[in-house]
Formats: sequence, C-alpha cells, structure tokens
Amino acid sequence: MIQYIFIAFVLLTVVSAGVVLWSKNVLYAAFSLLMTFLGMAALYVLAGADFLAVTQILVYVGGILVLLIFGVMLTNQQGNKQNVQNDIFTESTNRILGFLVAGGIFGLLFYTFARANFVEIQNGLFETAEPTATTQAIGVQLMTNFVLPFEASGILLMATLIGAAYLSKKNS
Amino acid sequence: MDNSFLPYYLLTSALLFSIGLGVVVTKRNVIVVLMGIELMLNAVNLNLVAFSKNDPNLQGQMFSLFVIVVAVCESVIALAIILKAYEYFKTVNLDEINEVKEM
Repeated sequence: MIQYIFIAFVLLTVVSAGVVLWSKNVLYAAFSLLMTFLGMAALYVLAGADFLAVTQILVYVGGILVLLIFGVMLTNQQGNKQNVQNDIFTESTNRILGFLVAGGIFGLLFYTFARANFVEIQNGLFETAEPTATTQAIGVQLMTNFVLPFEASGILLMATLIGAAYLSKKNS
Repeated sequence: MDNSFLPYYLLTSALLFSIGLGVVVTKRNVIVVLMGIELMLNAVNLNLVAFSKNDPNLQGQMFSLFVIVVAVCESVIALAIILKAYEYFKTVNLDEINEVKEM
C-alpha cells in the first residue's frame, strides 16, 4: 500500500517539475512549483521527517512561492515597454545545450547511484528504528550540537532583512 | 522501518536536480531561473532527508533545515535585486540585462 502512495507522490513531484520546465507561462510554472513543493513535503513525511515537511510547506509554499508570484506580478506591468511583448511568456534559448548539460548530469548521477549500493551502506550505519516525532529531537539538537549554526542563521536572517529593506528603498 | 525506498529517493532527487539545471540554463525570465535554483536546492534536501532516515541524531535533517534558511535568504535578496533591475532596465529578460554598470 505504502509503495503506491510513494509512487504517486514521486510522480506528482517529477511531473509538476517537468511542467515548470515545459510551460511558457511564468504563472503556470509558479503554480506547478506549488505542486512540486507539496509532493516533496509528502516525500519528507514518508522518509520520517515530519517537522521538516511542515517547515517545507510553511517556508516554501507560504513564503517563497508567494514572494515569487508577487515578483511575477510586479515585473509584468504592460504599457511602459517599447516592444509590445508581454514578459509573462518566457522564451527559452540554448535548448540543445541545456538538454545536453541536464541530461549529462542526470546520466552521471544515475550511473553513480546504480553502481553504489547505498541501501546496504545506510543500513550498516543506523539500526532500524520505529519512526517517531522528530520535533523534540530537532529542538534539543538546535540548542546543543547545532547552537552555533543556529545563531549564525539568526544573524544571516537579520542581515537579509536589512539588505532587502536597503535594496528596495527608492532611488538609493 | 527499513530504508528500501532510498534508491528511488535518490533517483527522484537526481531527476529534480536535472530539471532545475535545465530550467536555469534554458529559460530567459529571471523569476523562472530563480524557480530552477529552488528546485535544485530542494533536490539536495531530499537526498539529505532520505539518508538521515533512522538516524537518532538527525544530522541530515538538521543540515537540510539550515539549507532551507539559506534558500529563503537567497530568494529574498534575489527578488529585491530583480525589482531594482526591472526598475532600471524595464525588463526581466536575461538576454537584455547585459550591463552591470551605467556606461
């Protein structure tokens, strides 16, 4: 049963990522990116990372995607352009080069994954455990082993806030 | 719970990474390029989460949490820069934004 759910979510993720690649309309790409992020959150749940799945939905779907859609809306004002072409339709260039590069990377990764026996290696690292809620463990880890990256990411967020406010100031 | 899905997670994330790379290389709209970068970061996160299954210390999940934080910062600053560039160039087509400084 669980493998059918897994396959369904993998298909949802990959197909809607493919729509981002194929669609010419920027807004359609943004909305299929939403489906990609949701499918990926479901894959996180199936891998036993419940806190990360909720974080994915909160941050990506609730934050980054809304920001991207606002970016699309703010950069598509028609009327102040010399050519009549609308920016909501994106054209693609370098199709053959892009296909070659992406296909080459995929072939290389597939070759590596097919040759290395990752399942056995990973099973040798950790004992099989029943999946439990990870929220408490993540909180404890953040305050003990990962307290330096935690504080550093706080400073990074602060710097981002100041930088974004400075950049979006009028005639700076 | 055993980790028999691990190869399929790796395959999915390889596919997503390649699709994101293809988006970054081929598309000419800055915002779609940003979407491609987010797809690539997500693919890496999927790998980290899949490998940290059954790990009692959750190191892979912690790492992908920090990756999410950095991705958020990157996309916020990139959108601020895009809005500034749009104000100046009146376009978001990457082929037409080809000078950094006013000549």
